[in-house]
Parts: sequence; C-alpha cells; structure tokens
Amino acid sequence: MTDQFAVRMVDITKSFGSILANNKVYLELRKGEILSLLGENGSGKTTLMNMLSGIYFPDDGQIYVNGREVTIASPHDAYRLGIGMVHQHFKLVDVLTAAENIALGLPGGAVVDRKAIGRKVRDICDRYGFVVDPDKKIYDMSVSEKQTLEIVKTLYRGAEILILDEPTAVLTPQETEKLFAVMRNMRNDGKSIIIITHKLNEVLEISDRVTVLRKGEYIGDMDTAKADARALTDMMVGRTVTLNIQRDEPVDPQRRLEIRNLTVKDKEGVTRLDDISLDVYAGEILGVAGISGCGQKELLEAVAGLQPTQSGSSVKYRPTGPEGPAEELIGQNPRTIAEKGIRLAFVPEDRLGMGLVANMTLVGNMMLKEYRSGKGPLVERRHPHELAEQVVRELEVVTPSIDTPVRKLSGGNVQKVLVGREIAMGPTVLMSAYAVRGLDINTSYTIYKLLNEQKKAGVAVIYVGEDLDVLLQLCDRIAVLCGGRLNAILDGRTATKEQVGYLMTNMKDMSGEEAGA
Amino acid sequence: MNNHEPLIHIARRSSIAWWKAWLIRLASAVLALLVCALFIYGLTNLNPVKVYAAMWEGAFGTSRRMWITMRDTAILLCIGVGLAPAFMMRFWNVGAEGQVLMGGCATAAVMIYLGRSLPTPALIALSCVVSVVAGALWGIVPAVFKARWNTNETLFTLMMNYIAIQLTCFLVAKWESPPGSNSVGIINQRTQAGWLPSLMGKQYLINVILVLAITALMYFYLKYTKQGYEISVVGESENTARYAGISVRRVIVRTMALSGAVCGLSGFIAVAGSSHTISASTAGGRGFTAIIVAWMAKFNTFVMILIALLLVFLEKGAVQIASQFGLNDYASNAVEGIILFFLLGSEFFIQYSVRFRSHGHRKEAEEE
Repeated sequence: MTDQFAVRMVDITKSFGSILANNKVYLELRKGEILSLLGENGSGKTTLMNMLSGIYFPDDGQIYVNGREVTIASPHDAYRLGIGMVHQHFKLVDVLTAAENIALGLPGGAVVDRKAIGRKVRDICDRYGFVVDPDKKIYDMSVSEKQTLEIVKTLYRGAEILILDEPTAVLTPQETEKLFAVMRNMRNDGKSIIIITHKLNEVLEISDRVTVLRKGEYIGDMDTAKADARALTDMMVGRTVTLNIQRDEPVDPQRRLEIRNLTVKDKEGVTRLDDISLDVYAGEILGVAGISGCGQKELLEAVAGLQPTQSGSSVKYRPTGPEGPAEELIGQNPRTIAEKGIRLAFVPEDRLGMGLVANMTLVGNMMLKEYRSGKGPLVERRHPHELAEQVVRELEVVTPSIDTPVRKLSGGNVQKVLVGREIAMGPTVLMSAYAVRGLDINTSYTIYKLLNEQKKAGVAVIYVGEDLDVLLQLCDRIAVLCGGRLNAILDGRTATKEQVGYLMTNMKDMSGEEAGA
Repeated sequence: MNNHEPLIHIARRSSIAWWKAWLIRLASAVLALLVCALFIYGLTNLNPVKVYAAMWEGAFGTSRRMWITMRDTAILLCIGVGLAPAFMMRFWNVGAEGQVLMGGCATAAVMIYLGRSLPTPALIALSCVVSVVAGALWGIVPAVFKARWNTNETLFTLMMNYIAIQLTCFLVAKWESPPGSNSVGIINQRTQAGWLPSLMGKQYLINVILVLAITALMYFYLKYTKQGYEISVVGESENTARYAGISVRRVIVRTMALSGAVCGLSGFIAVAGSSHTISASTAGGRGFTAIIVAWMAKFNTFVMILIALLLVFLEKGAVQIASQFGLNDYASNAVEGIILFFLLGSEFFIQYSVRFRSHGHRKEAEEE
C-alpha cells in the first residue's frame, strides 16, 4: 500500500435484501487527481460512494485512506478522515443562511460566530474561485448556488477527498464549465476528487482517470487520455451501442397545435410565460431549449390543461390539419381533454410526483389515465395488466414483477414505464419534459428511438431538453425560450450549439423579425 | 488496526414475506406476554398465568361478557372502517369522535320525537339515514375547507369534536329525563321503539352482522371501485391526481362525506343497538382509539377486525383483573400499555432489519 493513493477500496460488497448493489468492487483514487466513476443507472456508483462517506456500511471488503485501513461507520468518521460528499439531493436547511448551514452540525459551543465563518468561507472561495454569499438564505439560491455551497461546506470541514454525485445533472452548460474550472483549481491544490457521472463528454473533459462499474461490478479503469467515448460506452454497457440519433425528414407535416398569445402567471403573479405563439406540426419533433425555469414546464402544462392561463391565451388543437376542425384546449382540464377524444400524451418532468404514483404497482399506474373508461363503478384490471406486461416486454423494463411498486424501480425503468404508458395510448400529441434526465446512455437512446417512432407515426412530438447536443441531433425545429419568452425558432439541422446557447441567455430585440421554420 | 464495525446495523427492508411479518408480530405478542408476566409477578407476586386467565375470563368468560365484548368490538371496528377511506387519502380525520356523536344525537332525536308515532322498522330506517347524514355533514365541513382553502384538516376535525360534544351536552339537557338527572336515561325503555331488534335471541348479533357487512363493503369499495382508486391516487400525490384528470376537490369532499357517514352510522349502532341513550360520552374516546385500529391494520378493513377485537379484549381484561385481584386501574393500564408497545414496536422490525456485527465473517476476510 503506497502512499500515492488517497483512497483504495478493495473487494467492497454491499447488498440490499436480495439485490447485490456492489460485488467485490475495486476502486483507487490517487492523490491530486480527478477520477470519474462511470456507470449506467443502477450500476452501484452511488452505493459505493455512500460507503466511502459513511452513509452505508459495507457487508464486506476493506477501505484504505492514505494507506491505512479504516472503518467508516458514519458520515462523522468520513469527515474525520477528510472525506466529504456532495449529494445529488442537497442537504441544506432552506430558512438558514449559507454560513448557518455551514455551521450546522459542526462541533463547538452554542454560539455561532458568523463573522469567523464568513471570513473562512471567503478564504475558501477566493482560493478556488467560488462565489458564495455567506448571508444569503438558501431559499433565495439557485440550484447552482446551492451546489457551490455544498462543496464549500465540505471544504470548510477540511475535506481533502471530495465526492461529487452527478453534479452536472442540474446545471446549465455555462454553470458546468464554471464547476469544472473550480474542480481543476481544487485538484491543483492537491485535493483528490471523485465525480460520479454518466455523461461521457464530461468524463473526457474533466477527469484524469476513469473507473467503470457495470451492474454492481468493477469493470476496469483507464487513463482518460487513452480513452474515447466509444471504448467507455462499450465498457459501461457491456456491448456496442450505436451513438447516432437518427433524424428522418418529416413526412407531410400538418399543423396540429396552434399556440397563440399564451401567457401564464404563477401564484405570486410573476409572469412565467409571456405571449408565446408557436405552431407544432404532426410528424415532427419540436425541441424546446432554455435554461431551467424559463417557462418550459408552464408551456407543457398549459397545453395539458394543468396550468391556469391569462385571458387571451389560446391553444388550438387541429386533428386533421390547418383547415380541419379545431378544439380549444385552454380552459379545459386533463379529464375534459380526454373525454373529447384528444389523445394528448404528457411525460412530465416530475415522474414520480406527477406522471406516476410511486407507491402503486406497474398495473396500478397503467390505469391512471384509462381507469374511467370502463362502464360501471368498478375498475377494470385486465387491460392494465396486459398493458403492463406489454410495456415491460417491449421496453425491457427491469422489474421483479408487474405488481412491484414503481418507486422500487431504478430511474431509467421508472421512465420507461411512464413513456411506455403514454405511447400506448396512441397519442396524436406527445409532450416530454427532460425525458432522459438521469438516465444512462442505453436507456436514453431507447427513449430517442421511441420518440422517433412516434414522429414517424405522425405524432406531433414536443421535446423539452437540456442537452444541446441531443436537441440539435434529434429535433426538426428548436424553440428557444428565454425568461418565459420565445426568443427564436431554429432549424435543428442548421442551428449550432453556440447559437442556441446564446439565444437561451440573451433576449433578441423584440422588434426584430422572428426566425421562422 | 482499529477496526470496529458498528455493533448493530439498521437497514430498511425492501420487502418482507407476509409470513415473516406475521411471525414477527406473533413473536412480539409472546414477548409482550412474557414481559407483562415479569411485571405482574415482580410488583404483585401474583401468578401471571392466573392473571391472564382472568383477563380471558373478563372478556369471554360468560356468554354475556362475550357479547358485550362483541358489541364494543363492533362499534370500534365500525369507526375504524369509517376512518379507512379518509386515511387512505392521507386526510387525517381525527374527528370521528364528533362524527359518531352527531350520528348518535340524530338517532336519539328520531327515537325521542317520533318514538310514539312511527313503527320500529320505520324508526330504524329513518334514524339510520339521519345519522348517516349527520355524520357525513360533520365530515364534509372540514373537507370543504381543506379542498377550497387548504386548511389543516387535523386541527379542523379535532375542533369539530368539541362542537359536537357541546351540542350533545345541550341536547342532553334538553331531553333530560327524569328532570334533574342530567342524563337522557334509557330512551323508550318500555316500548323499545327504535331499538335494533334481537336476532336469534342474541341482543347484539345484529350489530355484529351490520358492522361486518360494512367492513366487507368498505374493503371492496377501496380495492375494486374507481372511486377507491381515485382515493389512493389523491392520497399518494395530488399532482398526479390532477395530471390524471381527477378532481382532487371533489374526491376530498366525497371521501370525507363517506368517512363521516360511516362514523355517523357507528353512532346510530351505539345508540339504537347498544346503549339506547345519548350522552357526551357515547363515543367514549373510541373515535380516537379507532385511529390506532385503522393504522395498525394499514387501512385493511379485514385486519381491523383483529385489532379492534384485541383492543377491546385488553380493555375488558384489564377491568377484570383490576376488580378480581384488587389492583387499581393503573396496573391494568400498564399491562395494556406493554402489550400495545410491543405490537406497535413489531412494526419497526417489519420495516427495518437489524443485524449484529459478525466477528467470524470479518476474520475470514482478513485471513484471505
């Protein structure tokens, strides 16, 4: 055991009930390096890191920190060893300030010396290039600020070894760049960093080495310099995956949704969507780009009948093209929309909180939208049962049975259940929000393929996404939202990433011409 | 190497076989009896077996005692069943006490005012209906406020209890008989007008049959009907319910009307089928005890039968040992408390698995 390793984890095994989450996993982290921990959903990355940070205790195996075998029985032990973890879900108290959150759980007297903390926080920030206001309340912070604070918190407690669990999942491209710059500063200062991710381009960009897990087992590690996306994907998935998204020319696109002057204000009266006018065509995929909270959610929910709108707003649904009859969707709710025979599929951002019922079985979730259809007061279970079996079979959902509550499935499988149900209704309009967020490569490509199939079948598909590369490869047109306003509609085949990124953050002059498709 | 693995490990179980869960419950019941035995022996030097026998005696010793146990179980069960739909919807209805009282008052009113003019079958049908309406009304009020203005239903239903209690006191004073007794006395004692009839010579058999029917119906309603499905969805997530096109407001009001109605019906059974009088203690705290029944049964109405029976058995047994051995109420309350503690505690071991450090295993790993 040489001292060059900050951490070595040997033969780590951990099971939850009958599920083997980690099986004799090996991991080494050298001092002063950034290591990517790469793997698909459910490959055991987070479990492994939770054992390093004292949240879980391994069933078997040894952990060495700086060459010494250690026992990490609690997060407190981990801190003593200089290990700090930033979780995907932030652990901050909303009503307290940044400095107070840092002070929480620290040993010391009853009095919090805010000034001293503030000073030390500023020291850390200056050293690595963070921007944190110690007196700002958490509820006033953006996601990126909260994440920064979490990192500062671990550094404040003297962490030499940092674990970041999918830190970029919630960040915009610009914020990701900032984070990476800070990570490089920390590395140059001698910190050792593990970053959990399943985004290959990030692995290649930020890390020195990469360790790959697959289905709870250690597959191997390699220097990033020698790796490429192809090789890493193969290691991660275990077989060759095509990394191309196919984009066919839309066949006979007919205008199906006419969104006119759509304006949405939230409960506080803040304008979330400002006078959006937009057409959606059957047989095409319309991408919606924008930094988070720019009205994407409100746009989809307004069409779905879930969002109160301001007067003057209109969404016309034309099942048979621009000359055919139209149905006004504004002022309706999901029930009345369904009763009119409009098959509007919606894959919301919040899968378990809106699209599915977490504690219900697959069968129970399959009937969420159709349970009303049968006659009489009793629910019909045969069809949902068949549907659940069909979705499991066709989308290769990994589940113990169709009678398992969906909350017990991994993120990717949850999404497959949701998308599978929505597609099974034979939609004419399919809206999806962040359909691949948190999903691994394999599942993501399955979703892209499904969306393309729907497009081919003449469905009007709306795809709200955050990965600009994917938007540019998948979508026929891209609507760029900026602060609740429609900034531009670009042709997906000619637009560039820089162009979209720029339009996401810089409102064009409103008097200028609106780029049509 | 300072290598201490923590002594015990607590981990959430992902699932547990049903027989294992019941084994744990059984073990906890046995353990509870053992601890009670030690407690009884240690404090009173009585033979615990005799004490247990006395408890059994108190609850089931004679035919009359058994029927009283059945009667009380039926009412407790009926209230628990009434709470089930509300709790499934995550609507914390702690107002059963008031809903029962309102049902009881409605029944008493019918018996008192119409006792002379209507035949008993009509009286029973009418009091059944008005008690259901009264209970439902008491349930709908907090539901409407919750649905419209998102008020806190726990506080609201709790406060509705006090209104119901005061209202009952007012009615008792109004219906006082004989004057000055500050009680209503047995209503229609001579004519038995409006009383639930005896079946096959058993006075309370009809109560039991009625409640078992309600129990089965409620099970079926929650599990197999569209409305039952809506209740589950609203309870899990209002957002999902709206997404699915379910009118959350309507489901809340409808479900609470049902919950209150069944509780009101319990009041009807308590008055027309059991005490034949009304007082502020007609509900007697059972509106709250029923919360335990509903929760311990995880809202499965059939399991509630067992829980309700157990609780009533403990209560009757405790009264018996208090009188038979000259112990005061506290001793029997302690026994009741110990048993409940273990039974509720067993749920922890069903939810979580506890493992102890394994020395041998660890050494093996080091030798390798």
